[in-house]
Amino acid sequence: MTPLTALLVRDMRIAVRVGGGALMGVLFFLVVVTLTPFAVGPDLVLLKRIGPAILWLAALLASLLALDRLFAGDHEDGSLDLILTGRAPLELVVAVKGVAHWLTTALPLVVAAPLLGLFLNLDAPAQAGLMLTLLIGTPALTFIGLIGAAIAATLRRGGLLLAIIVLPLTVPVLIFGVAAANAAVSGPVPFGTPFTVECALTLASLVIGPFAAAAALRLEME
Amino acid sequence: MKALAMTLTDLANPSRFLRVADAAMPWLAGATALVFAYALMRAMLAPDDYQQGATVKIMFLHVPSAWLGMLCWGLMTVAALGTLVWRHPLADVTAKAAAPIGAAFTLLCLITGSLWGRPEWGTYWVWDARLTSELLLFLLYLGVIAVWRTVEDASRAARAVAILTLVGAIDLPIIKFSVDWWNTLHQGASVFRLGGSTIDRTILIPLFAMTVAFTLLFVTLLLAAMRNEILRRRVRTLHLMKASAAS
Amino acid sequence: MVRYHGAHGPISLEKRPKTVPIPPPGKAPMRLTATELACRRGGRDVFSGVSFTVGSGEALTITGRNGAGKSSLLRLVAGFIRPCSGRLSFEGGDPELSLGEQAHYLGHQDAVKPSLSVAENLQFWAAFLDAELGAGADKVAEALEAFGLGEISALPAAYLSAGQRRRLSIARLVAVKRPIWLLDEPTSTLDATAQDRLSGIMGAHLAEGGLVLAATHAPLGLAGARELRLGELNPRSASAALSAGEEKP
Repeated sequence: MTPLTALLVRDMRIAVRVGGGALMGVLFFLVVVTLTPFAVGPDLVLLKRIGPAILWLAALLASLLALDRLFAGDHEDGSLDLILTGRAPLELVVAVKGVAHWLTTALPLVVAAPLLGLFLNLDAPAQAGLMLTLLIGTPALTFIGLIGAAIAATLRRGGLLLAIIVLPLTVPVLIFGVAAANAAVSGPVPFGTPFTVECALTLASLVIGPFAAAAALRLEME
Repeated sequence: MKALAMTLTDLANPSRFLRVADAAMPWLAGATALVFAYALMRAMLAPDDYQQGATVKIMFLHVPSAWLGMLCWGLMTVAALGTLVWRHPLADVTAKAAAPIGAAFTLLCLITGSLWGRPEWGTYWVWDARLTSELLLFLLYLGVIAVWRTVEDASRAARAVAILTLVGAIDLPIIKFSVDWWNTLHQGASVFRLGGSTIDRTILIPLFAMTVAFTLLFVTLLLAAMRNEILRRRVRTLHLMKASAAS
Repeated sequence: MVRYHGAHGPISLEKRPKTVPIPPPGKAPMRLTATELACRRGGRDVFSGVSFTVGSGEALTITGRNGAGKSSLLRLVAGFIRPCSGRLSFEGGDPELSLGEQAHYLGHQDAVKPSLSVAENLQFWAAFLDAELGAGADKVAEALEAFGLGEISALPAAYLSAGQRRRLSIARLVAVKRPIWLLDEPTSTLDATAQDRLSGIMGAHLAEGGLVLAATHAPLGLAGARELRLGELNPRSASAALSAGEEKP
């Protein structure tokens, strides 16, 4: 097994075994969606209109959940030191941890989204558009989140700081993700336009995230 | 009442409980199968609705699963008191074993209701009082299961869950009376009403038969789950002993 | 040059050759050289003017009071922190790898994940740190056996005591081969049997031409190890006193 594969397997094992496993994110997602009609009223027409936006916001918040333990756990028990003595570059290590986080936290959200869309009265084209935009957009949320997770790794109450750092950076992804999901339902903009931008944002974050996070981790070791 | 109290204290010993459960299981499983067979047969023979046709028969799944979902939370509430007040040794085992079963029944109720609502009301879901309070019950179940899985120490988890269960029990009367208190899309109470049931016997009997079948199923599953939980805890203790013995 | 002295009492369970170790054919002897290293952490001078050399088969114990900078020195050699001044060089190793990538670092913490089993923990580090991929499951099993963890290798690591976790951490040094060992208080939480095992593997490592740098309060049972005392001469800006020769009785 190559070093990075071993790291991926280990991180996924830990994510599944600790703290309720992968389904906690989905549970949080479900709770946020359930709260929405209490806040905006049970009017099904309104819920259908804001449904994609609510689901995107809920997915964003749910993805953030496991991020604050991503590097903090390894920092606290000394694993980060040993990882630095490995031969894999830290940027790749960080990227692999991001992939593990996406697979165990964000991908279940994408799978659960259509079901929750039923609660918000979304119809089939809206569901399809939503699932596709979430599938493409959640990696961006994870990889941008890596930056905040790395910065907050050494802090005790890192969770809130992480949210404050990461949420503004995810705004472009949110804008184009929701725009694409809405475009799938109603005109005038064709689905492709915001969707292509969203794909570009994700690709950029796949590169920028690991480099920035690795730099932050190295600075923290000093 | 005295006999019941005596039985509970007799079964407080996990080993004795395991023996009783092992002996009872085959009988319970058999009884469950038989009653299900009878109930399903009666349900098939029950007349179709003049408006809904055969879809009305989803009721025979939907209503019992709703009742069982609430009954299970009621049982968990009693178990919670057992943990906090009487300190019965098997109380937390009961609560932990019951939670997933109750969640499954509640989920079944939500799904069957949703599938029934689509041809009836034109929508899979609507945010009216009864559906919402039933969904809240499902979320409460999931929350309790999450606490069981997240907190490492079983006895601390048991106390936290006990408090959550007692607080969550307030949802049960809300579900029951939601159709009276609010203007809802869901139909009003037709079985347990002050004036007596309004349903015809040809439908009421299969409904009760299905309810008995579901209850037997619940008891069978609960005993099996409790047995598993007791064995799981024993394995954990053996692991701990093995780890401390290895030098 | 390493001078071995007569019996210091029972120190290891394995026999060591009482001659200068000969490096394996085809491999040049390795040498780790530090020149005038200085380190600042959190605005405070931790140490300065530290110089030493360690060659193949040689051990260096780093001693000093708490706060003298023993851990910082080891972390500096491992490459986790950069020195403010001074140089560190390593000859005879792999030119493509940095110093840290050729070292085992054993810090205060054990890097053991409680949700993984004992074997899974060690298998992960073996796979992650090993250059020759697939050195294998048998090395991991051997290492666990050598430290008395073989029987409980399938248990979750959460059940381990502090000493057992430390042993799991040390087993890593045996499961993956690296020339330099940087050990920070390796004997803490270990009982006498485990300390003997540790001395044994350190002796074997030195016999194969490896290097050991160990920060310690307690004697490690390494005959012929030189001592580097931090913080002796100047209390304000700590510098080092290097004593060559035998360990103090």
